[in-house]
Amino acid sequence: MKISMERATLLRAVAQAQSVVERRNTIPILANVLIEAEGETVTFRATDLDIEVLDKAVAQVEKSGGTTVSAVTLHEIVRKLPDGALVVLSDDAAAGRLSVSAGRSQFNLATLPKEDFPVMASSEYSSNFTAKANQLRRLFDKSKFAISTEETRYYLNGVYMHVAEADGGRVLRCVATDGHRLARIDSDLPTGAEDMPGVIVPRKTVGELRKLLEEDDMDIAVSVSETKVRFATPDITLTSKVIDGTFPDYTRVIPQNNTRKLEVDAAEFAKAVDRVATVSSERSRAVKLQLDEDRLILSVNAPDSGAAEEELAVAYGDDRLEIGFNAKYLLEIANQVDRENAVFMFNSSGDPTLMREGNDTSAVYVVMPMRV
Amino acid sequence: MPSLCRDCLTRFDKGTRCPACRRPRIITHDELETLSIAHMDCDAFYASVEKRDNPALADKPVIIGGGRRGVVSTACYIARIKGVRSAMPMFKALQLCPDAVIVRPRFEAYTEASRAIRAMMEELTPAIEPLSLDEAFMDLTGTERLHGAPPAVMLARLIKRMKAELGLTGSIGLSHNKFLAKIASDLDKPRGFSIIGKAETESFLRPRPVRLIWGVGAAAQEQLDRAGIRTFDDLLRWDRQDLIARFGGMGDRLWHLARGEDRRRVTRNAPMKSISNETTFSDDTNDPDILDGHLWRMAEKVADRAKAKGLAGRVVTLKLKKSDFALISRRLSLGDATQIADRIYRVARGLFDQVPTGQAYRLLGVGLSDLVSEDQADRAGDLLDPNAESRAKAERATDAIRKRFGEDAILKGRALR
Repeated sequence: MKISMERATLLRAVAQAQSVVERRNTIPILANVLIEAEGETVTFRATDLDIEVLDKAVAQVEKSGGTTVSAVTLHEIVRKLPDGALVVLSDDAAAGRLSVSAGRSQFNLATLPKEDFPVMASSEYSSNFTAKANQLRRLFDKSKFAISTEETRYYLNGVYMHVAEADGGRVLRCVATDGHRLARIDSDLPTGAEDMPGVIVPRKTVGELRKLLEEDDMDIAVSVSETKVRFATPDITLTSKVIDGTFPDYTRVIPQNNTRKLEVDAAEFAKAVDRVATVSSERSRAVKLQLDEDRLILSVNAPDSGAAEEELAVAYGDDRLEIGFNAKYLLEIANQVDRENAVFMFNSSGDPTLMREGNDTSAVYVVMPMRV
Repeated sequence: MPSLCRDCLTRFDKGTRCPACRRPRIITHDELETLSIAHMDCDAFYASVEKRDNPALADKPVIIGGGRRGVVSTACYIARIKGVRSAMPMFKALQLCPDAVIVRPRFEAYTEASRAIRAMMEELTPAIEPLSLDEAFMDLTGTERLHGAPPAVMLARLIKRMKAELGLTGSIGLSHNKFLAKIASDLDKPRGFSIIGKAETESFLRPRPVRLIWGVGAAAQEQLDRAGIRTFDDLLRWDRQDLIARFGGMGDRLWHLARGEDRRRVTRNAPMKSISNETTFSDDTNDPDILDGHLWRMAEKVADRAKAKGLAGRVVTLKLKKSDFALISRRLSLGDATQIADRIYRVARGLFDQVPTGQAYRLLGVGLSDLVSEDQADRAGDLLDPNAESRAKAERATDAIRKRFGEDAILKGRALR
């Protein structure tokens, strides 16, 4: 194999590959990226056995063929080369070396045979549809903060993507929860997605997917089966196993009859929460909300370190209420609001609270209160 | 050189026998009257209490421990001559010493004796740091004018009183810091009184193995071995930076300890770091119901102790020992600290479910660590487990019933498995 590529194109392709590769690897070849050249295209493929990313790029192919080389090392080298450099990759299979040269720089990297590289078994996808990058970006960006890291409830370690029945008809929905808070985000149901099986997209895949979604109008081809999910742009294909488990029935968790309504400027609210939480040195900092006629008092009382209080002008017309929350959770949901006021719906100080943006029910958040 | 008779507490200047009572149990040391950090360690404490309470045992080898499958918790000095040691499996102890009398531990008796000793120590100094029922650090700095005698005399008097009033013996280590005091108390056991002065600290440590350091167990020992460090002399050859680079925080501590430096203070009630309970089964088992019953009982014991101390923990640990003694340990951090047995059990159960099944185990333990005060615990509910709150309430009610009517007044069915 011998190819020449512009540094920026190569960097983009290798960057995507190296981020999939696990840093600590017991199987050497999994640290490598598989490079294959054919015709005028070069493909870069990397996997951690759960996720596979395949990146296609245009290159000048002098000699077709393929090899595998350490993804992280190649990425580091390309990253450090000067902008605009022309990079030549040339493989010496007999010596087990890949030479990387650009200008006066010359590197020789150890390779492993491409035949040893594990290629993810292709599978039948029962559902194929296209969605805009910004639509998927909203679904995953707004839900991913609630993904659990707790391994005993592994079925919560991802975003549950499925088709659901909402007030305005069927929607494509993403839900994530860790038992303390929950995010439920809806978007229009793309044509072809109607029969999609519900799948739990793992946390790492959500992170990798995000890199495909930078351009708003880009069409993303989505394919879903019971065991796998695939997202593809014209250049990059991301295939991932889904979490083998049952996502809990989250609909029971979303409060329907919370009647006490608080409306507040989300940015002001978030800043105030952040300020008062400063005095607490506990790991789970509890903030108390005292609600009275159009008035909200946020307070923190940490016996060991101090106390803080801040008053906010809000819209609230129900009975007095005192309720506590983990400051971090409040901040995270308040940060999801970007256009209108945040609307909180409370029941009692012991019941889950619902939060949404204005009257928009396509993104709702539930957070569990905390005794203060 | 200042000398002290351990029997009549007479202080004198020189000699191999006490000028007053003519007995030979004397301590002579240059720094006898100035050193003030002490470590007191009772001699074969549990066994001594048993022998005291049952004179028929006095000349027999006595082992304290539970059951055929248990481990030795204490062996008296007669049994120790045969090679029996603490933490040795009981069957092995019995091989070494077949005529040993095995006594089930009576913790109430030990706690009572410990309390009596503690009261005597309180008369010497308020700065007492108990390490367990039978050993404690004492800082007697600045008490000489109060007592009208230097620390060494007061300590010798304490040991005399323990023997006279409680029928128990102990060993004293006296030095200028905790690390050395602890080493000293072990030098001349039983009924020892050893002093490590500032002047001889370095020469004393140099040839000795680093495993003398309290907290250097088998694992740390192996790490040190690999670095070629066996004695304090080896340790002294290392640069401070190199030790830190190789062993992290422990490296810095080692550097200081190698020079006999230890700045830790004797603190009353050193904060508790973890609460755990474990049980060794009378027979290895892989029966999921039996294991589940043990899991619940251990979780409940841990919760009981946490509640008694007003503590809660953020990390739950599950410990299992397989039939071949291989240890499995799993831990999980919770978002919200807990002291509720039901939550501890459910987390431990979740951890247990991730361990391969069908395996036979000989030991199961549950632990709670990363401890915080109970008012920071169990404050948040679980969205996905709405019944958790009512189960926690039921548990609080159960606790209240037990407090009034006794431990066995109410039990979970699960606890009977």
